[in-house]
Amino acid sequence: MTKTPLLEINSLSVDYRTSRGTVHAVDDVSFTLEKGEKLGLAGESGSGKSTLGLSIIRLVPYPGVIGRGQIKVDGKDVLKMHEDELRSIRGRRVAYVFQDPMMSLNPVKRIGDHFVELLRTHEPTMDRKHVMERAETILKDLGIQPERIDDYPHQFSGGMRQRIMIGLAIALNPDLIIADEPTTALDVIVQAKILDLLENLRKTYNMALILISHDLSIILERCDKIIVMYAGHMVEYASSAELYSSPIHPYTQKLLRSIPNIELSDQKLLAIPGSPPNMLNPPKGCPFWPRCADSEEACKRKAPPLVDVGNNHLVRCFRHDEKGVLVE
Amino acid sequence: MVIVGIVIVLAIVIMTALAPWTAPHDPTKAESSNPIRAPPSFQFPMGTNHLGIDMLSRTLFGGSVMLQVSALSVILCFLVGVPLGLFSSYAGGLLDSGVSLVIDAVYAFPGLIIAIAVAAVLGPGVINMALSIAVVYIPSYFRIVRSQVLSIKELTYVEAAKASGAKWYTVLSDYILPNVLPSIVIVATINFADAVLTAAGLTFIGLGVTYDIPDWGWDLTNGRQYLSSGAWWIIFFPGLMIILLALGFTLIGEGLSELLNPKLQR
Repeated sequence: MTKTPLLEINSLSVDYRTSRGTVHAVDDVSFTLEKGEKLGLAGESGSGKSTLGLSIIRLVPYPGVIGRGQIKVDGKDVLKMHEDELRSIRGRRVAYVFQDPMMSLNPVKRIGDHFVELLRTHEPTMDRKHVMERAETILKDLGIQPERIDDYPHQFSGGMRQRIMIGLAIALNPDLIIADEPTTALDVIVQAKILDLLENLRKTYNMALILISHDLSIILERCDKIIVMYAGHMVEYASSAELYSSPIHPYTQKLLRSIPNIELSDQKLLAIPGSPPNMLNPPKGCPFWPRCADSEEACKRKAPPLVDVGNNHLVRCFRHDEKGVLVE
Repeated sequence: MVIVGIVIVLAIVIMTALAPWTAPHDPTKAESSNPIRAPPSFQFPMGTNHLGIDMLSRTLFGGSVMLQVSALSVILCFLVGVPLGLFSSYAGGLLDSGVSLVIDAVYAFPGLIIAIAVAAVLGPGVINMALSIAVVYIPSYFRIVRSQVLSIKELTYVEAAKASGAKWYTVLSDYILPNVLPSIVIVATINFADAVLTAAGLTFIGLGVTYDIPDWGWDLTNGRQYLSSGAWWIIFFPGLMIILLALGFTLIGEGLSELLNPKLQR
């Protein structure tokens, strides 16, 4: 019998049913995540990476509907859970760090009360003194003076608030942290510090991480495995090293060539022509073909299948479907 | 600001409470020796009205009805309007549409007209006045709460609370309500001040309290007809008290909204 993975997602589809039509924000995505693993979700705005992250804790915003698929945490399907069971997963097993640190803390609550609220929700017997002690230890880990526990969110800078959010996320020692663009709103130096902090805490408590970012360079640097999303599709899945050295999908190749490199200062930065498709009316066939330099007739007619080209390197492109083994 | 407001309101409350002992004359009966419509003098510091009743005594006593009516109506509005707005807006969907429709229908009429209609059905009296003012003001509370909840429930910290496993009523009570409260307090102060004025209005058309209960509103409307003959003191002192009371409530509200919103501090 194989071990149950921490997180297992099977052919997940999430739709937004708007008045102007249905948007397939996440289309047939499958992957697994083991304990302690670091997975990166990369893609442009609107590629479905945040929707995918939110669907794991079933918080897809209205009018989003999880249409098909399974999301299993420790082998239990999140989509079939009752509200109470779901709440016991949220925060305790799977913690979420949101993009906007300025708005992620309740403005009328002191920092300490955020910890009290969170810990008491999951451990009602814990007394306040105990919680405050735990919160102070966490603040120390985060590099924030423990005396500031009684301050309000607006008295902290954006970087500090995001550190506090990370502190809240690890407070219950969850198995998985989903960090949705945790540093996008912050400047580059703070960004590196926050990501280092997140990595240190993750290692200390042996948590798995899903890092969502539009910045492929961050994900390459910080994650073991990478999913490249395009228009709701998982277009490529590989280990970071393999994705960096031998990207297969034309989209991934172009994304990598658009990352600035200090050592090759005379290298021209290449932008990907065109813009992401209108998700209300995506192109027929492979969603990337209008922007793809190598597109063929077949690409316009049918969406390519997901194939394994070896070494668990998955790709969704017609130019490689003969070399690989069909997945599912 | 809060302190000044509280001092004004408390002073009026204490003044009204102590009136039975401090008032020099009977506020409802004129002694036969009293002059009619006498200007302020040593014996009658605020003059007398058209029946010869001492205006100082009436002014000392007269706050009781207004205070009771405004306090009762604000409590009623709070208890009905705020939960209604919170639940309806948070739940959304058909419930929200239904409640909003009914509330908007009430809102469509001019406030005083509804207050008059309700007061006419219920009859005079302090509780009935408070009820009729509450009916006028509940839509204001509801609408403010509803629109605030609509925007707040989309904010990241509410989403973050849900993502951390908070129960729905915790989300409402700990994350949404405290952030709506400053706006409610502002409505409550307008409500307080307006209740004072509406109470005076209801008394004016005979739907408030009767003549044997001293009331600033009654004095104000009654004294109006003697203003042209130069008897300014009959309306001046009750009018001043009404303005002071309304000002006190407004100052408290302004100050409170700052205290409740930590972002405005310092």
